[in-house]
Amino acid sequence: MKRRQYVIGAVSFAVAFVIFVIPFIFVVINAMKSAAESARLDFRLPQKWQFWQNLTDVVQARDYMLLLAYFNSTVITVGAVTLLVIFGALVGYVLQRRPSRFSSFVYAFVLTGLMIPPAVVPTIWVLQEINLFKTLHGMILIQVAYGLGFTVLLYRAFIASIPRDLDEAAIVDGARPLQVFFRVILPLLEPVTVTVIVVQSIAIFNDFTHPLYYLPGRENVTVQLTLYNFQSQFVSQMNLLFMNILLVTIPPLIVFIFFNRQIVAGMTSGAVKG
Amino acid sequence: MKRKSHYPYWFMLPAISVFFVLFIVPTLASLYFSLTIWDPFEARFSGFENYVQFFSEPFLVRGVVNTVGFAIVTCVLKTILGLLLAVLLTSGVWGQGLLRSIVFFPVLVSTIGVGLLFQEMMHPTQGAINVALSWIGINGPGWLTNPSLALFSVALVDVWRGVGLATLIYIAGLATISPDYYEAARIDGATRLQQFWRVTVPLVWPATTTVVMLSLISGLRLFDLVWAMTRGGPGFSSDVLASVIYKQYQSGFWGLSTAGNVILFIMIAVIIAPLTYWFNKREVES
Repeated sequence: MKRRQYVIGAVSFAVAFVIFVIPFIFVVINAMKSAAESARLDFRLPQKWQFWQNLTDVVQARDYMLLLAYFNSTVITVGAVTLLVIFGALVGYVLQRRPSRFSSFVYAFVLTGLMIPPAVVPTIWVLQEINLFKTLHGMILIQVAYGLGFTVLLYRAFIASIPRDLDEAAIVDGARPLQVFFRVILPLLEPVTVTVIVVQSIAIFNDFTHPLYYLPGRENVTVQLTLYNFQSQFVSQMNLLFMNILLVTIPPLIVFIFFNRQIVAGMTSGAVKG
Repeated sequence: MKRKSHYPYWFMLPAISVFFVLFIVPTLASLYFSLTIWDPFEARFSGFENYVQFFSEPFLVRGVVNTVGFAIVTCVLKTILGLLLAVLLTSGVWGQGLLRSIVFFPVLVSTIGVGLLFQEMMHPTQGAINVALSWIGINGPGWLTNPSLALFSVALVDVWRGVGLATLIYIAGLATISPDYYEAARIDGATRLQQFWRVTVPLVWPATTTVVMLSLISGLRLFDLVWAMTRGGPGFSSDVLASVIYKQYQSGFWGLSTAGNVILFIMIAVIIAPLTYWFNKREVES
């Protein structure tokens, strides 16, 4: 029996390695080759290793566009995630603590965002009317609107596990509603807040579709848009394309190594109700 | 006098106003704009013209049909493979923690990165997949250049990238099944296969509901992977609704693009609502 477990394990490893790991090895190897070698798209090790040269070439391409892209993506991600945490926790708190018809209505309303795809062209029209089209803060607010449903879902479920006695003790001590939330409740939400931060950061950092629509223009590029644009520019320089893919793969890998548990908690929440 | 609540509704005001202005208003506006000939300069009411066009132009019809096909194929594959992988990865095989991480990691990687990577691996003559196939004497197809295969290839990559999430949800679901059930089944003389069909499948049903819903919705809405790998080509053979919406927007047919969006809402509602009902009913019965 024990031996069978080893055999099944070894076979699964072999299959998982071929299907899931080899593509990433392919990226790493080709990111270190010269342009001519990488054009053959094979698995041979580079004859000439040029990791640093490819790295500097990618970073310098189109007047350091990649650095600008990393800057913009970071601003959008940090801004949107910060707002999502505060806004989402406030909504989840009130919805959970104050059950009423109005609350159920708001909850249902916010959850529609999880299912219905955004109407893109009318959104552009709205953004133009309020002068937020093609701006980073407009993009931040868009990501807040689109990420709200999932964030509220997580917070509302977690707040249900915090005893109301805590709020009441603070209220008896004379705390005002905002003080109760910021001094008593918010610190207790730390585990779910870490989950929200990690899961939403990855989603927003990896988002390609919405910046493509709402953030056109060279000065507004994001990391995913740059990767997409480089595809046409690097047709004859596959090594640089692969280096670029490698660069966008490393941030989620680091996050995954450090926050594995929180990611799993976030992705499976709401999955098992019974 | 009514006591003031300690949980004032205005706490929700900032979040709800952003959500209302940037999500609800455009969604409601889309119902009107889909009935207009709309370009960057003006919107002129035109009745159901856009919808008629959507269901009469062959390349637009193709997009609608492809969207449904894509969603069904990826959903079925993710559900079946996800359950089998989850059963394997909870059976105590050697190294199952690392295996779970390997299967799950692609979920977190940039879709555009995955799309471009597989575009190179699926190159008809030089691509790694066809080179590997040629070692065992198989002449690999033009994965992305053959019009009748292109969308299916994109679907396979979508399964590669998304099966980790399905597996993760199933693993969480399997963890809630008490070992007593298997114990009882074993005492009654049930084989491994019978245990799977009679114990695992019914008891993991809530996880199945989640996996099916999530993968159907994301399959119907998918844009980035198609756009990175084929841009709807060759011709219009791998166009889905989301890529049609983008193409019509780029060409300045904003009304037509918005009609595509409304069709996508309706399609999601029509497919998801009865499924939710059916799943919940089965859950109660079992």
